[in-house]
Amino acid sequence: MKEVATNYVPQNWYLLLSTFLFCVGIMGVLFRRNAIIIMMCIELMLNSVNLLLVAFSAYSGNSDGQVFVFFIMVVAAAEVAVGLALLVSIYRNVASTDINVLNKLKW
Amino acid sequence: MSQYLFFTLSILTIISALYVVFSRNPMHSVLSLIFCFFTIAGHYVLLNAQFLAIVHIIVYAGAIMVLFLFTVMLLNLNKETEPHKTNWIKIAAVIAAGMLFLVLIASLKSTELGPFHLPYRSTIGFVQNIGIKLFTDYLLPFEVSSILFMSAMIGAVMLAKKEK
Repeated sequence: MKEVATNYVPQNWYLLLSTFLFCVGIMGVLFRRNAIIIMMCIELMLNSVNLLLVAFSAYSGNSDGQVFVFFIMVVAAAEVAVGLALLVSIYRNVASTDINVLNKLKW
Repeated sequence: MSQYLFFTLSILTIISALYVVFSRNPMHSVLSLIFCFFTIAGHYVLLNAQFLAIVHIIVYAGAIMVLFLFTVMLLNLNKETEPHKTNWIKIAAVIAAGMLFLVLIASLKSTELGPFHLPYRSTIGFVQNIGIKLFTDYLLPFEVSSILFMSAMIGAVMLAKKEK
């Protein structure tokens, strides 16, 4: 029993890891100009939150958090499908996915 | 043992996540994001959430990232066409994200975590238990999410269709 108790992963480490991943995602959104990479960084942020939800759900012995993660994945998949379709149709019009080109709502 | 696994997986996750941001080639970003998602699935296995680990691999690596990969190929993005921000904005982005990280860590230091169960002893992440939860307590959201998927699919097809 003692051997098991000294060998578990502390809850804090998951907090640290997912905080770091979230900040990497935010940095990517601020850092890049390609709209596709920005969407990928948003996925990274969603995943860091998912990881934290699963960690808390596993450590508290309650499976509600894992069901929420399932729904977050569903919404993320829908978001990516629509977002990439939008990007493809934008690319057809302006031949670029650079967000500095996409600063007009109408022209 | 689980601590070593956690460290290895975390280092791989962090390196691949940083490579997503700093890589100059969009294709390399996509591939390293796929790798990052696999390591996160490894974390789920470590937390004994088998159902979510499998769903994560199927949905993210199997569906979402393939969509990204095909879009990058379809738009023919590569190192030469990749736009870059000026160095000042890049430095500002790194500093801003670092400050956010510091603030979050500072606020986490004062948190008090409650009593916990050892995750590798619990069976709550197994397919059976999640399935029971999903089809009793969360039946309505489950059905609504199917409508959301349907509308997203139709919307994506309509948006990506060539205009006459």
